[in-house]
Amino acid sequence: MGIPIEEILIQTVNGIVTGMILALVASGLTLIFGIMDVVNFAHGELFMLGAYVGVIILAATGNFWIALIAATLLVALLGAAIYLTTLRPLLGRDPLYTILVTFGVSLVLQNYALWQFGPAARKISEPFTGQFTLFYLAYPWYRIVIALLSAAIIGALWLFLKFGTWGIWIRATTQDRVMAQAMGIPVPWVLTGVFAIGAGMAAASGVLFGPLVGVNHAMGVDWVLKAFIVVVVGGMGNLAGSIAAAIFISLLEAYAAIWLDPSQAVIVSFVVLILTLLFRPTGLFVSTPR
Amino acid sequence: MSPGPKTVQPLVKVEDIHTYYGKSHILDGVSLEVGIGEVVGLLGRNGVGKSTTLKAIIGLVHPSQGKVLFEGRPITNLPAHRLARLGIGYVPEDRRIFRLLSVTENLRTGLDRRGVSKARKAELLEKIYGYFPVLAERRNQAGGTLSGGEQQMLAIARAMMLEPKIILLDEPTEGLMPRMVAEIGQIIDMLRRENVAVLLVEQNVPLTLEASQRIYIIEKGVVRYHAMASDLRINDAVIHQYLGV
Repeated sequence: MGIPIEEILIQTVNGIVTGMILALVASGLTLIFGIMDVVNFAHGELFMLGAYVGVIILAATGNFWIALIAATLLVALLGAAIYLTTLRPLLGRDPLYTILVTFGVSLVLQNYALWQFGPAARKISEPFTGQFTLFYLAYPWYRIVIALLSAAIIGALWLFLKFGTWGIWIRATTQDRVMAQAMGIPVPWVLTGVFAIGAGMAAASGVLFGPLVGVNHAMGVDWVLKAFIVVVVGGMGNLAGSIAAAIFISLLEAYAAIWLDPSQAVIVSFVVLILTLLFRPTGLFVSTPR
Repeated sequence: MSPGPKTVQPLVKVEDIHTYYGKSHILDGVSLEVGIGEVVGLLGRNGVGKSTTLKAIIGLVHPSQGKVLFEGRPITNLPAHRLARLGIGYVPEDRRIFRLLSVTENLRTGLDRRGVSKARKAELLEKIYGYFPVLAERRNQAGGTLSGGEQQMLAIARAMMLEPKIILLDEPTEGLMPRMVAEIGQIIDMLRRENVAVLLVEQNVPLTLEASQRIYIIEKGVVRYHAMASDLRINDAVIHQYLGV
């Protein structure tokens, strides 16, 4: 059996595109975990709600980009509200409490969406439908745009964390919450802000990914599961590690799909997860201890 | 508490505070005062509540009873970040610098406040780098890569970025080489010249007697003794009685 070079190249493109979206979902998750030790089980539902808000605003305005920005902002606000009402009162408690609470929030949001929008999947139409030829395939430009936009959003987050005052506040709070307070950093607002940023990033990925799959109430479940794998493999709370892990796992799955049925290819990410937990429990992509 | 000299105009006034850690009573009614620009030493054996007193002033521990006043205003239950902005700097026992932030970023945690102009920020940074040239040399280095003495300087410099009226210094000489200990003494003198009050918790008795104007001695969560530092410098008996040195 020869090596199918063309398929490998096509799957490389596919893997990177999926990997960038996954990185966008996972970076919100890892940011929230890194700064407040909260494992946010409702992250997938924020992704799903983002897609629905996108559907509604797209229907009202007809403009995909307005829908993307509005969904990001609205879900970020919702994230802040969820944080203030459910997580803030539990600050300093055992992580088990926050897991239960976010899990509860996820159930509420999922069932709300089912009740409000029904079980039938909605469609977000692509902002443009151009295609280019990739070997024997007509490949949609939109997929390339998703990857670039995700990279741009992650890049903007990185610049924000690296250079802005809020970025310094967030990093200082991540390292030592008590000392950050003693330096006058408004830690309660920083935590709320980070939760809102994470929620907004989940929503943005939901809108971006909406055109590729149907929008329905359960769409977040698959993504958040994969995002959790990415966050663990990348090293909990490590942003760069999560991005590397997202691309790494998506590429592996894409390559596996050349030889396996796509539903079996998913197994690859679990194998990576198990091997990571067994042999490098702090994460594959962690170079310096945090 | 023995009768001692009174400050004229207290900047910080602690009135009969009690704190608990679980069931154990850590502070059992501590009262003390620090005047504007005054250096006050807080001595006592390990575990008598010196650090907890500092934490109660900066709002990291909330007393179950008693009051803390800052410039005459009650601040007992305000969160730490508000107190820092009011002008209380805190240099904790283990320094707690942000290890992954660069030296400049560590300083910016205190510097990036509302109401401080760009020019003023640059001026403050220059001034601090003038006092601590070694920090200027290492300004882009991660805080965690500095030596113990440099980290202590960074912790003090970071607190100074708040332009505080008082700095709470918790065991600044712990684990430092003798040369650095002398340097900490000079830094405290510099703070006094800048009219920044200091509440100094130390195990190093000679340094504390030398640097401070007044001394409180704490035992089992209560202030047992209060005197001018100049009186204690010539009274070994008291020091021996309370501190066993």
